[in-house]
Amino acid sequence: MREITLSQAVNEAIAEEMRRDPTVFLMGEDVAEAGTPFKVLSGLVEEFGTERVLDTPISEPGFVGMAVGAAMTGARPIVDLMFGDFIYLVMDQLCNQAAKQHYMSGGKLTVPMVLRTNMGATRRSAAQHSQSLQALVAHIPGLKVAMPSSAYEAKGLMKTAIRDNNPVVIFEDKLMYQDKAPVPEEEYLIPFGEAHIKRAGSDITLIATSSMVQVAETAAEMLGREGIGAEVIDPRTIVPLDEAALLESVRKTSRAIVIDEGHQSYGVTAEIASRLNEKAFYHLDAPVLRMGAMDVPVPFSPALEDITVPTPEGVVENARKLCAGEMIHAA
Amino acid sequence: MAKAKTNTEDYLRMYAQMVRIRTFEDNANQLYLSAKMPGLTHMYSGEEAVAVGICEALTDDDRITSTHRGHGHCVAKGAEFREMFCELLGKEEGYCRGKGGSMHIADQSHGNLGANAIVGGSMGIATGSALRAKLQGSDDVTVCFFGDGATAQGLWYEVMNMAALWNLPVIYACENNGYSEYTRTEEIAAGSITARAEAFGIEAHQVDGQDVLAVNELTQKLVTRARKGEGPFFIELMTYRYHGHHVGDINREYYRSKDEEKDWKENRDPIVRFRSWLVAEGIASEAEIEAMNAEIETDAREAVAYAEAAAYPDVSEVDMHVYAD
Ligand SMILES: Cc1ncc(C[n+]2csc(CCOP(=O)(O)OP(=O)(O)O)c2C)c(N)n1
Ligand SMILES: [Mg+2]
Repeated sequence: MREITLSQAVNEAIAEEMRRDPTVFLMGEDVAEAGTPFKVLSGLVEEFGTERVLDTPISEPGFVGMAVGAAMTGARPIVDLMFGDFIYLVMDQLCNQAAKQHYMSGGKLTVPMVLRTNMGATRRSAAQHSQSLQALVAHIPGLKVAMPSSAYEAKGLMKTAIRDNNPVVIFEDKLMYQDKAPVPEEEYLIPFGEAHIKRAGSDITLIATSSMVQVAETAAEMLGREGIGAEVIDPRTIVPLDEAALLESVRKTSRAIVIDEGHQSYGVTAEIASRLNEKAFYHLDAPVLRMGAMDVPVPFSPALEDITVPTPEGVVENARKLCAGEMIHAA
Repeated sequence: MAKAKTNTEDYLRMYAQMVRIRTFEDNANQLYLSAKMPGLTHMYSGEEAVAVGICEALTDDDRITSTHRGHGHCVAKGAEFREMFCELLGKEEGYCRGKGGSMHIADQSHGNLGANAIVGGSMGIATGSALRAKLQGSDDVTVCFFGDGATAQGLWYEVMNMAALWNLPVIYACENNGYSEYTRTEEIAAGSITARAEAFGIEAHQVDGQDVLAVNELTQKLVTRARKGEGPFFIELMTYRYHGHHVGDINREYYRSKDEEKDWKENRDPIVRFRSWLVAEGIASEAEIEAMNAEIETDAREAVAYAEAAAYPDVSEVDMHVYAD
């Protein structure tokens, strides 16, 4: 199968959906001729013109709010939020407006929009361009949250997001834009709420999102060499969450580590760990462990930044301890 | 008052719509005072000419966004009393199946995109609706209602900029009732409000919001031009709310004098003024007007009784409509 980058996968998904559905359009800062600072959208304005690929002023609440209104009245906007860190600026439009319209109207209004943005540290971008804020939006009923872990997921989830009748936030790991993966030429969609077992194993389950799937897979390799069989599961969407698949794996392995690049406290890892404790407690041989980013603003210096995010070595060390029955006092 | 016209039916409908709003609010207030309505509500009484003057210039395809003080916009855009009172009381037959209440009430099928409890929160939605119209080559216009207090929200300046850059068919309608909650507009707004829109190259008008014909005439012109791609526009409508900020705001002399309230009610009431004009122009007799008023009162009474007897939503509805299929 051909291999393309995550960036190309996103671009293809959007182009295919824009060809298929004339109500789909793109808006955001420098999305047209520039194709975004990450060049993810290059070429789209050439095909679809400036009517469907709109460069906006630097007014995040303004254009996200406009996407909500366009979505409520018959369009399917894809809004590009240049950095995930800017999500704080659009919280009212996303969480009070987009997320609640369907409910507040008793099901009469819908907001079929996609907010695509990014996440991920270790790009030496410091505290305001490195955050992974998926937990903030996953907390809000009415929003769906997708976290692609490779080019394959990026394409299939994006296409599903565009066709979904709800506001969907997609977090792409900005360090993975150039990572290649096999992506079929033929059309495919990845349904929301379907976890993917990346690798089977019987001793411990590593549940990982987005960037952390690679970390978990590397850790699983290393653990395999020590005779520990790690199962790696990627939920792919954290809302909706494929709880059944996660529970099934954990009931089998009896141990789990949940890994996500958002801050550990009150985060995605906490939510998933808690559900496993509530629903698989009697199958567990060890406490479910959370591994998120350290609870510090992301530092600039490489010497500091690299120790704030989970690493394969860290996962291996924790997995080893859990399998040996040792308690871990998490940070 | 503007000049007499020939379209009697339009005038009578405008009058009836204003009375319907006032009557709705009087009944809503009663429901609150008799502890039959859950929560609080913000009365539109006194501002009827704004919603009616504007909405009478719109078609069902045109959209509006409304505010926390939204009953007037809702009635003016074509809603029925029954579903509105049901919504106010949290009943299943309400426009939002009882999930929205007073602050989110809207008859979506007539182009009302919802009342919004975030001050200024719908400015993006309205502008986005206009963007959609432009992108899809549709000639509908969107009116964004908001108060003087909402002009302090940054969102407005962001979306006005884009609306002006892209000539969007949106009309920003600022209902300047002199107060945001318990604060006078002069204390929160520097300079002139119309000048703010003008700074973006947006044509701005100030109009007497107690004169339904003046409001309607201006809106008709602007809507026609907005349909042709000459938008956006801004209207500042000078008006007054008769009740407190919400129904519970009873003792308000610390921020607003009784004399001031009396002056607006006695000398500038939009319904009284329009009624005298209708009679003077020979469009309706006093008796006809009284009959109209009585019919509306009966409608309201019946709708209230219907809503009081109506069923609450089944508890199984609580997690319904979080996500659309
Ligand atoms: C963002 C936000 N801030 C504050 C409030 C509380 N609040 C509700 S209405 C209101 C005053 C709004 O004044 P204005 O826009 O002039 O509308 P009016 O009530 O006069 O119709 C305030 C401060 C709110 N709902 N939303
Ligand atoms: Mg006001």
